[in-house]
Amino acid sequence: MSSDLAIESAGGERMRINMGPHHPATHGVLRLIVECDGEIVSSATPDHGYLHRSIEKIGECVEWPMFVPYTDRVDYVCAMNANLAYCVAVEKLLATDKTTAVQVPRRAEVIRVIVAELNRISSHLVAVGAMSMDLGAYTPFLHGIAQREGVNDIFEKLCGQRLTYNYITIGGVGFDLHTGAVEEIESFLAQFEKEMIRFNKLITTNTIFRDRCAGIAVISAAEAVAYGLVGPNLRGSGVDWDIRRDEPYGIYGELGVRVPVGQGYAGRTGKVGDCYDRFIVRLLEINESVRLIRAALKLLPPAAEKPADPVGGFQADVAKALRKPPKGEIRVRTEAPRGEMGYVIVSDGTKTPYRVRCRTGSFTACSIFNKLMKGIFLADIVTVIGSFDIVVPEIDR
Amino acid sequence: MTSAAPAGSELQAPSSKLDNAAIAERVIAAHPTVAARSSDNGQPYLLVPPAEIVRVATLLRDDAALRFDSLMDLTGWDLSKYPATPPSSDLVVAYFLHSLAHRHHLTVKVQVPREAAEVPTVSGVWAVANYFEREVWDLLGVRFAEHPNLKRIMTPDDWIGHPLRKDYAYPQSYNGVAHLREGQRFEPPPAPKPAAAAPPAAPPAPRPPPPASGGGAAAP
Repeated sequence: MSSDLAIESAGGERMRINMGPHHPATHGVLRLIVECDGEIVSSATPDHGYLHRSIEKIGECVEWPMFVPYTDRVDYVCAMNANLAYCVAVEKLLATDKTTAVQVPRRAEVIRVIVAELNRISSHLVAVGAMSMDLGAYTPFLHGIAQREGVNDIFEKLCGQRLTYNYITIGGVGFDLHTGAVEEIESFLAQFEKEMIRFNKLITTNTIFRDRCAGIAVISAAEAVAYGLVGPNLRGSGVDWDIRRDEPYGIYGELGVRVPVGQGYAGRTGKVGDCYDRFIVRLLEINESVRLIRAALKLLPPAAEKPADPVGGFQADVAKALRKPPKGEIRVRTEAPRGEMGYVIVSDGTKTPYRVRCRTGSFTACSIFNKLMKGIFLADIVTVIGSFDIVVPEIDR
Repeated sequence: MTSAAPAGSELQAPSSKLDNAAIAERVIAAHPTVAARSSDNGQPYLLVPPAEIVRVATLLRDDAALRFDSLMDLTGWDLSKYPATPPSSDLVVAYFLHSLAHRHHLTVKVQVPREAAEVPTVSGVWAVANYFEREVWDLLGVRFAEHPNLKRIMTPDDWIGHPLRKDYAYPQSYNGVAHLREGQRFEPPPAPKPAAAAPPAAPPAPRPPPPASGGGAAAP
């Protein structure tokens, strides 16, 4: 579409526009310095750091379990997945020494998958809702947010928080499921599936919306890999890769995760790896998460009396192991809604991490912005940002 | 909406997966200066001399049996307070590679002295390294030679120092604006002093405790 319009600047006159840091369509405090020639963008340079909170430095100053609440703030739209990434990483570090290895109770593993997938649903709802809002369709966003409230209500009963949960802990989860949680989740899923049909009628199959996304900002599979795109952004380009399936952690290996990839869903005008594919991949992942939660609920063992029971408990005792963890380092990757959330953890054998490094999907997604936005229309910038599902605290950390 | 999941992809070729020893052997055959090591908890990695990193990276990406097409992460840390044997004050830059074609992993490390921390950039090999290297430069102060745009990315351009270095001194002010209120401090008081300095009678304000740098790690 727009990239076919090879418009040369007549007088070489370019306009520089500051988009952000307080632009509603940049999903937080992301600043883009856009240079354009009429309506055609000639460069868009992201400027980061407005939300830098030195989380990695804080990680060197607090004890192992004390860092979990900070991981909530790395990505508050999917805080459960952020908790999970760090906790899995620390558990893998402890597992490198037999004396400190911890066994996460089976019930806790199942609960982790349930809450992580519920959070993936709510995160993707924000993503697809905000993307349609960026393109001028406000109603689907409200429908998405209304469903997200359902997830938040469940989490509030579960752990008292609606956004930053601090629920998953090293060695398990903070609390057992509350009474009636299973029924609540099941009834939420049942009405949610009906609601998604309405959502899809409202926006996904909407011709205006589809045509605005089709063929915009096409990323080839090779490009997506080279620029470090992860998660739905990578799969939107047709790369069949999901850490939950290919390098399973927890009990994901037993669930048989099915991975949707981009196929040029927009039809005639669509190409594999355009904005519409990234949008559709998220919707398909929501369906998959619903299936995974139902499968996990079937695997849930009955609760035991003792929290540290290896089957029905919810938390292993890690206090001793965390006072003297093995010296060394570990790198663990998990699949968060915005793609790979990988931790590099260096331990000097004390109760404080020596170095905590968090690699997030939104950060690397920004590395392709400048390349991608050359030659598109100014109005399409919001489409591209929306299709990447950028969460700024994840970029700046 | 149907869930389209092409399960068997052409990318999936588990038979071509190499283990770490085989990868190391292949790299060392081409670059004898590379050493295969393992970390204190037995995680294998390749230690590459800084001057060789671009050539090794290109080999890792292009060799048909290796095909490390994705740079998962590029980060670094300061060894100066790490209880390494022998002790070292170097900076480590670590490259975490993954091959989508063969599904194997590799960790590559480069070690540079902190006074002259400079590593050639690999942004020509993996495009995403551009961003990762800017972050490492900003927070750890490793300069990446011939990087196309080596500017700070998290902190402002006029920031002083590199926060993730272990000897980083917390700034007292930024552009003339003090960071601390009166009586506030970043560092905990040094341990032997409290006898001399009488406990302040000031009412303890309900402020969060200052981050204990090092967390008592440097005891004996």
